[in-house]
Amino acid sequence: MRPFTYERPVNVQAAVAAASHLAKPLVPPTQSPAQFIGGGTNLADYMKLGVAQPERLVDLNGLDDAGLRRIQVDDKRIVFGALVRMSDAAAHEEVRRRCPLVAESLVLAASGQIRNMATLGGNVLQRTRCEYFRETSWACNKREPGSGCAAMDGFNRQHAVLGGSDQCIATYHGDFAQALIALDASVVVEGQHGSRKIAFADLHRLPGDTPNIETVLGPADIIVAIEVPLGPWSGRSRYLKIRDRESYAFALASAAVALDMDGGTVRHARIALGGVATVPWRAKKAEEALLGKVLNEGAAHAAAEAAFADARPREHNAFKIPLGKSTLVRALLETRDMKV
Amino acid sequence: MNEAAPAPKENMGAPLPRVDARLKVTGQAPYPADFAAANVAYGVLATSTIARGSIRALHLDRARAVPGVLDIISAGDVGSIDKPKFGNTGASSIGPLHDTKIFHDGQIIALVVADTFEAAEEAAMLIRADYAEETPSASFDSKGAETEAAAGKSPMFKEDVKAGDFDAAFEAAAVKIDQKYSTPTQHHNPIELFSTTAMWQGDQLTVHEPCQNVTGWKVELARQLKIDPANVRIISSYVGGAFGSKGPMTARTAIVALAARRVGRPVRCVVSRMQSFGTQTYRAETRHRIRMGADRNGKISAFGHEGWEVTSRPDPYVVGGTSATGRMYDYGSVLTHVSIVHADRNTPGYMRSPPETPYVYALENAMDEMAVALGMDPVEFRRVNEPKKEPIGGRPFSSRSLLKCYDQAAEAFGWSRRDAAVGSMRDGDWLVGMGCATAIYPSSVAPCAARIRLTDDGQVRVQCGSHEIGTGVRTVAAQMAAERLAVDIDKVSVEMGDSALPPAPVSGGSISTASVCSAVLKAADAVRAKLFAAAVAEGGPLSGSGNEKLDMQDGKVVAAGGKSAAIADVFKSMQVGAIEEYAEFAPKGSTGQALKKLYAGQPEFHGGEEDKDSVKYAFGAEFVEVRINSYTREIRVPRIVGAFAAGRIMNTRTARSQLMGGMIWGISHALHEATEIDQRHARYVNRDLQDYLVPVNADIKKVDVILVPEVDMEVNPAGVKGLGELGNVGTAAAIASAVYHATGKRIRDLPIRIENLLV
Ligand SMILES: Cc1cc2nc3c(=O)[nH]c(=O)nc-3n(C[C@H](O)[C@H](O)[C@H](O)COP(=O)(O)OP(=O)(O)OC[C@H]3O[C@@H](n4cnc5c(N)ncnc54)[C@H](O)[C@@H]3O)c2cc1C
Ligand code: SF4
Repeated sequence: MRPFTYERPVNVQAAVAAASHLAKPLVPPTQSPAQFIGGGTNLADYMKLGVAQPERLVDLNGLDDAGLRRIQVDDKRIVFGALVRMSDAAAHEEVRRRCPLVAESLVLAASGQIRNMATLGGNVLQRTRCEYFRETSWACNKREPGSGCAAMDGFNRQHAVLGGSDQCIATYHGDFAQALIALDASVVVEGQHGSRKIAFADLHRLPGDTPNIETVLGPADIIVAIEVPLGPWSGRSRYLKIRDRESYAFALASAAVALDMDGGTVRHARIALGGVATVPWRAKKAEEALLGKVLNEGAAHAAAEAAFADARPREHNAFKIPLGKSTLVRALLETRDMKV
Repeated sequence: MNEAAPAPKENMGAPLPRVDARLKVTGQAPYPADFAAANVAYGVLATSTIARGSIRALHLDRARAVPGVLDIISAGDVGSIDKPKFGNTGASSIGPLHDTKIFHDGQIIALVVADTFEAAEEAAMLIRADYAEETPSASFDSKGAETEAAAGKSPMFKEDVKAGDFDAAFEAAAVKIDQKYSTPTQHHNPIELFSTTAMWQGDQLTVHEPCQNVTGWKVELARQLKIDPANVRIISSYVGGAFGSKGPMTARTAIVALAARRVGRPVRCVVSRMQSFGTQTYRAETRHRIRMGADRNGKISAFGHEGWEVTSRPDPYVVGGTSATGRMYDYGSVLTHVSIVHADRNTPGYMRSPPETPYVYALENAMDEMAVALGMDPVEFRRVNEPKKEPIGGRPFSSRSLLKCYDQAAEAFGWSRRDAAVGSMRDGDWLVGMGCATAIYPSSVAPCAARIRLTDDGQVRVQCGSHEIGTGVRTVAAQMAAERLAVDIDKVSVEMGDSALPPAPVSGGSISTASVCSAVLKAADAVRAKLFAAAVAEGGPLSGSGNEKLDMQDGKVVAAGGKSAAIADVFKSMQVGAIEEYAEFAPKGSTGQALKKLYAGQPEFHGGEEDKDSVKYAFGAEFVEVRINSYTREIRVPRIVGAFAAGRIMNTRTARSQLMGGMIWGISHALHEATEIDQRHARYVNRDLQDYLVPVNADIKKVDVILVPEVDMEVNPAGVKGLGELGNVGTAAAIASAVYHATGKRIRDLPIRIENLLV
């Protein structure tokens, strides 16, 4: 690990100031000399590996705003403070009752110990686990722009089949983000120019030619809250995660599904796919394929085909296409059959 | 008694809790890197990022500039010490700092020593190497990989076993299979990281390092450092996860010792998880071709097993499991051939049942295929081919309880409820499959020394330079001493893991319980003899009784007539405070050199396939149920039952724990573990526990162990066969068999993963 200085500001303004002080124009937050730390489960790991080399760590855990640690639920929405721990959000009674998808996406992630540490703000910004990104001796455009992509023709079993570019095919591994994008969530951000709200679907950027720029955030932007609107689809929702072992593994494929049903017919479907794409992935075409349809195996398969129509496999990850499809089919049928 | 502490059956010892259980679960057990060395400096390795070529220039300036850095030892800097030797004690002949040549990915290129761990780590990360890079060969199919016959290349593998006329028998067989199987690269990932702490006092060197062979290391380390072995002491009181990984000494140990001498301070080097993949030994990938022929009644007439194993460029590491698979069943004819394939990789090494895990996997998967081809129940198929004698040399088995194991495991598992038709068993959306396989492991024993001291208060101290690698050997040694000297186990203390103690063989090959207990038995009997002689002597408390009828019970010497004397009274009559006996045990058939070799750290192994009179193996049968989701095809293992017979079971609790752990590792072999290699660069890719998958608690449901009674006094004086490595043999084949039963897909290449089963 490289030496760094550590700061623990007491309010959001001071934290923004601490980061903007070292911010450089055109340098994305992940490469900025100053970086925020929430639970540190992602950042500290990458600092030890030399992947992240911040000069200054700005710890958000001293911030005095109580809203950062609160979960508020009313009939219209759930608002999560950004410093809420994954485990607290997953265990929250109202969250579990009103929107099982959100709670399940959290409880199926990582391990109990990590969930106790990790914050929701840090969670949505977690960086890829691409093996070649994690080890600094490999060529990696995300870590070192222009150096190449060792994964492209290397060992790429866990890599993305959707949303990749010639520069990068790293999977976005988070689970919670799939729930958020499916449910049209948004994030509240405080930055150098005050507060703003960003649709969750706009937060992450496709790798394109600049895989090192992962989000639309600036280097001094702090996520302070995450808002999840509730609606007729929220109760009939679930997260299905398929992985190599029963627990403590990232998704090979996952599906976040929320359905508003009129008897057996789909009035409205919300679908996102994890483990298969470079960013949180809303499957709009699959949703459209289900509109007004009776949800049976056939309709579910048609939706799954639509979801993966643009998938591009590499040498070792081609199985994610059939697996992603069956995961979605199973998730749709299981969500349909939920007793709400 | 409870599930963890099964009631002992015939020829089994009590399920006493481990003597060090409390220490371990409370974090009090001192592992080598926990040892508080005063004024210690920290060493961190820098390792190569290419697999083949040489170092043109090493840039150390930035590293040297880090405050707190004391020294950097790098390529070409270690002229004062000898290169490591490949063999039983040495992991590899590659002396990473002896020249600038790079033999494999992750090779040590420097050791940074600093006042703090953080400074050493920072500096190590700042070292840059310019390489003259050559295209490496990663594995079997790579250009430049060199294949050669294994027999005779290494003392580990003497010959390709064969019997009868395989070609003719195979040709003539009514039913045949000819299939290929493979097992992946696997790396040791013990939770206790690899480490070395070296400290000098004058010319005396003490090394604290997790180790399975303190005596062998003492001698080898002294050789590399060109000093007298008498000046070297290796201490390894506790070892967190060994399984062969801490058997052979790696190049690091001497380098750290050299660093400690150079900086004049103790140096501790803990190897990171990532770096352990390239600097430690591992299980190399293997390939197999099996040809089997049988008549329509299921009698096998021909068995051919060819194996290929990857090794490094310079070292002929080989496991050669054909010597066990070739003797497993009554084949009629046998033809085997093992090849090693040299690639640009670090030298592989032992991993729990090194030969049997990959080779028996191939054999047992083939047995299942053959049973299907014959339309026979797989258990019946094995019954039909149960041998009276081993097929290669015609020797009897010292004992063989395989069919008993099958019967008991099948009964407990409910095998009779299996519907043999493929894909016929379903539970909602889950396909259910059931399968079985045989486990086998050679029962070996080696010379061993032990010292026992009995004091007049009935306290017993056992000293033996064996190693507590988690198997419970400390506990069973205490049990053996307590039993022979008839004292409560609380009165026995056991010292192990120190080369200053009486030497024991390497803790490998499942020989420890047998070898240590045989030596402890001998030492305890010598103590008894002294006590007995004194008890019946003139003026002794039992004078007048016959010596030969004496026994010990409840801390007393007891005569045939029922007369007894407390130990303290016997001591009083002897006018001494302690009796101490040093015993050297050498197994039947030992050469005249056996004990000398023990002290030199090169113990002879006896038993297994080595003896003239009989072959000696422990056996088991494992049954598995798998469930596979009909949509998403993930594989789960709700239950597994194994029945094992291994001679005398010293302690049913520790035995069960070993076997259960073995089966769990077997599940891991079948479904999870594999080191991924970037074929272009011959580099390991998934070098951490996030990507190197092993099962977590949620993956392991019901694991039942049945201990099948067996008496075999031919194996060694203790009657113990050893079972540390038995449990994980066969598991993967049983799972492959169950997966076939559930899905109709025969998976021959491990691990079996979702992608193999998607339709
Ligand atoms: C072994 C392992 C297994 C895992 N398995 C899973 C899994 O199965 N599914 C899954 O979804 N996740 C998994 N994770 C990832 C885990 O969920 C994340 O590490 C965690 O959620 C990150 O939260 P944190 O608070 O610790 O983030 P940190 O490490 O503190 O921060 C992560 C990033 O976000 C930035 N940041 C943090 N908070 C803010 C904020 N409020 N505003 C702006 N920027 C911020 C940091 O600068 C940093 O770049 C796993 C992690 C590990 C180590
Ligand atoms: S996939 Fe992306 S993160 Fe991985 S090596 Fe390529 S550029 Fe780097």
